[in-house]
Amino acid sequence: MSEYAGSFASPGVSVGKVEKLFARLAEPPGVLATECGAGLGPVTLAYETYGRLNADRSNAVLVCHALSGDSHLAGYYREDDPKPGWWDLMVGPGKGLDTERYFVVCANVLGGCMGSTGPGSENPATGRPFGATFPVLTIGDMVKAQKLLVEHLGIERLLAVVGGSMGGMQVLEWAVRYPEAVRGAVPLATTTKHSALAIAFNEVARQAIMTDPAWRGGDYSADEPPSHGLAVARMIGHITYLSDAAMRRKFDRRLQDRCEIGYTFEADFQVASYLRHQGQKFVERFDANSFLYLTKATDYFNLENAWGGGSLTAAFSRALARFLIVSYTSDWLYPTYQSKTMVQALKKAGKKVSFCEIEADFGHDAFLLPSERLTSLISGFLATLAREEA
Amino acid sequence: MRFDLAVIADWIEPKATVLDLGCGPGELLAHLRAVKEVVGTGIEKDEDEVATAIGRGLTVIQGDMNEEIRDYPDKSFDYVILSQTLMQVFDPARIIGEMIRVGRYGIVSFPNFGHWRCRAQLFFRGRAPVTRELPYQWYDTPNIRVIAYADFTRFCRTFGFKVLNEAAVRERAGGGSGARVTRLKNLLATHGVFMLAR
Repeated sequence: MSEYAGSFASPGVSVGKVEKLFARLAEPPGVLATECGAGLGPVTLAYETYGRLNADRSNAVLVCHALSGDSHLAGYYREDDPKPGWWDLMVGPGKGLDTERYFVVCANVLGGCMGSTGPGSENPATGRPFGATFPVLTIGDMVKAQKLLVEHLGIERLLAVVGGSMGGMQVLEWAVRYPEAVRGAVPLATTTKHSALAIAFNEVARQAIMTDPAWRGGDYSADEPPSHGLAVARMIGHITYLSDAAMRRKFDRRLQDRCEIGYTFEADFQVASYLRHQGQKFVERFDANSFLYLTKATDYFNLENAWGGGSLTAAFSRALARFLIVSYTSDWLYPTYQSKTMVQALKKAGKKVSFCEIEADFGHDAFLLPSERLTSLISGFLATLAREEA
Repeated sequence: MRFDLAVIADWIEPKATVLDLGCGPGELLAHLRAVKEVVGTGIEKDEDEVATAIGRGLTVIQGDMNEEIRDYPDKSFDYVILSQTLMQVFDPARIIGEMIRVGRYGIVSFPNFGHWRCRAQLFFRGRAPVTRELPYQWYDTPNIRVIAYADFTRFCRTFGFKVLNEAAVRERAGGGSGARVTRLKNLLATHGVFMLAR
């Protein structure tokens, strides 16, 4: 569930100009059956690709984005874009996901609001936006849609699926849902199921949206969205992506545009002002209903129940991929013990798993920040997979 | 490569599965992968070394070997290796017991504290030995145990570990080469290497 507010211009070469593409999937008579029992179709996924698919179609890497991300991984849409895609530091020529060697694909998730079918899309049955009548989705549903896209691109087997946070959940789901289609799985800063703490934060965030009168049961118009609720939801989320140490370093108790406290309810503190700003910025680019659907999907995610009858080892027994699991010391949303639980189950299931806990005090968001360590872990892991394929 | 590692590599069958406890940056695993095509896994607690090993394409788990080894089912590997780390293990009998539970064979190597240089330093200078193999002062050593070749042999008998193969080796300066010692092992060997089973 990550924070993409600050993309980092990365050293090295950019992939340059890229274009958002759209795939129409599950066209009639086909339908995408959701886990809640509904049927969606046709479904549109917005996606981008970087690099070239090789002749035997063996070099494709799918990247799954986190809560607030989108298909725009790297590069620029226009020359005057102020920022590149959200993982530009990892994706490009000579980078961790080297676009000279790999064909990198990233799609906006089903249920999202950056071009893929979601609650803001028009319901073909009514001609109006789905709103809260959109089926409640799961991580599995998102992955099913991605699988259709991957097939649409003519790819049978992915060299690897990579993603952090909510994207990491999709990686795990891919590895057990479609074992034959995944050679390497790289879940970063993620979990096989939300803790009560994570569900609690999501619930408060959702309540902020749903108690905003402008939400109107999910049936709001595009020009009058529940902006206040969504901004507060974002502020809550943002806190969980940082850490005590990161906030102390970044803000401490410093005051914003003043020398003394004001004895008012203005944003006296820098941290308060920052959160308000992040909330406002988020409202401009994100849909409140999508936020509800995506957070709910992460709360429902439970790999061991879905695939192992309650046993994570049984769930992972299905997988054929090699795993590279990475956690961060200061991530208190998905703490290291949750990654260690995965490692333990994978060992018991006899799977090949590498694990590294990276020392970083940036909290959950660390996986999005520049890190030579993560770059070398991922490039080393992919190079071995590619070598074995050859 | 360290000579004791060369001896270990020599004992390992091609294409075997190997678990290396305290694998460091993966020197032995990379060597075994290259010359014996083994399927290797390492356990290492240091983040930098783990990252180096994974970066060179090895399968390595960051963690404490005492805890990490517990998760593996019986006979998960052909060989489980503990090279020059036994001196730092709190409960050697337990870890070796675990090694030969999760592996068909356990391989242990350690610097021999019974070597004449250690004895001479203690005898003539009356001070704790500091040698090429054990280069630490008493106050900065990571080692919590000293192991003599003869002690290890007795230890295996006491705990019922079957010794399938053993090598007393004398490593030459620089560490890259050495020779097997056949007589007066406890006096002349710089290192002991043992292959154990249940």
